[in-house]
Formats: sequence, structure tokens, C-alpha cells
Amino acid sequence: MAQLSPAPARLTATDIAVARGGRPVFAGLSLALAPGGALRLAGPNGGGKSTVLRVVAGLLSPLKGRISWDGTAITDDPGAHARRIAYLGHADALKSALTARENAEAALAVAGRASPEALDRALAALDLQRLADLPAGWLSAGQRRRVALARVVASGCPLWLLDEPTVGLDAASVGALERAIADHRTAGGMIIAATHIALDLGAGDASLDPGAFPWTAAASAFDEALV
Amino acid sequence: MSPFLAVIARDLRLARRQGTDIAMTLAFFVVVVALFPLGLGPTPDLLARIAPAVLWITALLAAMLSFDRLFQQDSEDGGLDQLVLSGLPLALLALAKACAHWLTTGLPMLVLAPVLAISLNLAPDSYATLVATLALGTPVVSLFGVVGAALVVGARRAGVLVALIVLPLLIPVLIFAVSAIEAAGAGLPVRVHLLFLGAILAGAIPLAPFAAGAALRQALD
Repeated sequence: MAQLSPAPARLTATDIAVARGGRPVFAGLSLALAPGGALRLAGPNGGGKSTVLRVVAGLLSPLKGRISWDGTAITDDPGAHARRIAYLGHADALKSALTARENAEAALAVAGRASPEALDRALAALDLQRLADLPAGWLSAGQRRRVALARVVASGCPLWLLDEPTVGLDAASVGALERAIADHRTAGGMIIAATHIALDLGAGDASLDPGAFPWTAAASAFDEALV
Repeated sequence: MSPFLAVIARDLRLARRQGTDIAMTLAFFVVVVALFPLGLGPTPDLLARIAPAVLWITALLAAMLSFDRLFQQDSEDGGLDQLVLSGLPLALLALAKACAHWLTTGLPMLVLAPVLAISLNLAPDSYATLVATLALGTPVVSLFGVVGAALVVGARRAGVLVALIVLPLLIPVLIFAVSAIEAAGAGLPVRVHLLFLGAILAGAIPLAPFAAGAALRQALD
């Protein structure tokens, strides 16, 4: 259990067990996050970090366990839970034919969070103003990652789920991301980030390795759950 | 703008930027229809006889080329996760996709078909009915196409697989549409054929998005 700060937890996951493609990933994993909290998912490749993010986002259903927000299970209202979340997957979700700004605009409009001012601030925070009107297909991998991060920053969602946010970023961009994370947490936002490198999530961050929750004793329960 | 309209606007904007996708589908429609008069030679009676079926079958085949646009790209680049996290129920997401698909594929075919019908010597009395059958039938094609595309998200050779799933489902649409056009050409009443097409559409609008939404839910796991 990763209790992160004295404030009451807003997001809690209790005794989560997940299988993907019929193979167990982890079992008995719990976490809790209070407003302003940050959680780092660490551990080796294939340890289940991305799976934790997808389960918390509601994209994957756990076989077992409960995830709740302010005490209410997220499955009670998946739409409301989805609107709380800004998710950055390992893919950038950018369309090469649209410009960087259009990509972010379209994604925010679909999420019902269109705000030109917030988007301008986010593009500035990630030093993207000069690139904003270029087609995303022209950008380098690191620049595309920054556009995807700008969408997260501009969303104003209380929970950021970041899957390897620093892939392809240069040192200056990592610094910009750390400042954006600090601002988000100061405003009461929460972050769960899966990352290998020493990304500074700020003071009071906790760490969790999904690989430390193997499906061993629960193996028979797993068989039952799949049947 | 509501998320539902935002999804449609996003797909329309993408379709406009990647204009070649639509152009290729429509060019396929035009070229294949044009092959029939060339292949059959100067036989106006035969062409007029087969014109309704040629137009409809070619329209169906051309539509099959467009279904991999629906979810395949979004699934590969991570965009599908973002669409799901819009909070829009998956059935409404599928309906929005079907609307955008119809606007970019069904509607242009509706406009092109009467022009192509001239080259097939379609009976003069059949034109209005041809347009009516396309107006009622192509939305069904888009709705069933969304179901097929959602079922094959992530599959290899998904384009071929979608065609194999969707084409058999469209047999009733083909039968009633072609019957209506032939009836109009023969001076017979067309109302009952069009009512059947309308009934299929009325059933598909609520049911197909639910099926597609369930398929998308499976694809995410």
C-alpha cells in the first residue's frame, strides 16, 4: 500500500488482479493517491507498469479488485471517470496530417475540454509555439512527445497517467515537463507516471513496482477467474 | 461542441487533409462501373438490364475499401484510447464514426451514382429510385461497416476480413435496393421495397452502434 500523504486518498485501488491475453500480470496490488500526490511506477520491462495505468484509466477491466474515486467505484460511471483522466500512452496519438495545434485541439474537443487559452499556455510551457502550426508528421519523435504532453497539460484533468513520458525528450524538455508536473501538483492534481529515468515528480512522491506483486499463491484463484 | 460532434468534426477534418483516401474509394467506384460498358461492348439493352446491380455491387465493394479508415489508424497510433477516454459511451462513439464515414463515403457515392448510371443506360424512370435506395442503403453500409471494423481492430489483413464479415450482412440491402430500381424501370410500384430498406435502416441505427461498442470494448482488453 503506497499511502502518499496525510490527506485522505482520492483515488484508491484495492487488491487488483489483472490478466492480459489469458496470462497473469499481477495480483494483490493496491495503491492510493491523495490530491497533490504523485506515484512513480518502476520496475523492469514487462513488469506491468503500463497495465497499471490502463487499469486505473478504466481502459482495462481487472479480474479482481476495486478502483474508486472519492469512495465511488469507477465502474459506476465510466464516463465521469474518463473525463477526470489525461492519459499519455506509449504511442503519441498524433495524426501526421494535422498540425501540432490541430491535433491537441481535436483531442481536447473530443474530451469536452476545449480551451484555447489553456492550450496556448501548455504549448508555451513545452516550448512548442514555433512548431505549433507544422504538420505533426514533420516533427521529430521528441517533438511529437512534447505535443502529446501539451495535450495532457492543457486538459486540466485532475489525474495525469503518463506512460514513459520522457521517451525522446531532451534535457530542457524534461525540465519543462518537471515544472508542469510541479504546477499540476500544486494545484491539487495527481500523477501516476511509469518511468525508467530519474524524472523528478516533486517532493513526497511514492514508488511502486507492479512486478513485486506476482501471481503465485493466487494461481488457483486466477484459473477460477478466467473460467 | 459536444464530444459526439467533436468526434465527427475530427474525422471530417482528417478526411479532408488525407483527401486521397476518399478520392481512391470514389475513383474505384467510377473505374469499376466504367469497365462494364467497355467489357460488354455495345449492348445497351443488356447494360440497362444489369445497371442497378452493377451500381449497387460496385458501391458496396468501393465502400469495403474505406472501412480500414474507421478504427485501424486510431488503434495503431493510440488515438483509440483517447477516443474511449472522451467519456462518450462506446455505442455513441461508434455512431459518430458511422456518421463521419457516411458523410465522406456514402454521400459522395449518392452524388456520383446517377452520373455513372448514364454510362450504363439505366432506364430514365429509375434515377429517382436509384438515389432513394442509395439514400436509405448507404447509411446501413456505414453502420454495418463500423461493426465490422470494430470487430477486427488489431487484426492482420483487417481490410479483407471486414469485407468478409460485412458483405454477407448487406445482402438484404442489395436485394431490396436492386428490386426497387428494377421495379421503377418497369413502371411498377417501388414503395414496398423502399419501406423494407427504411426498416433495415431504422433497425440498424440503434442496434449497430451497440454491437460496435461491445466489439470495441473487447478490442481494448
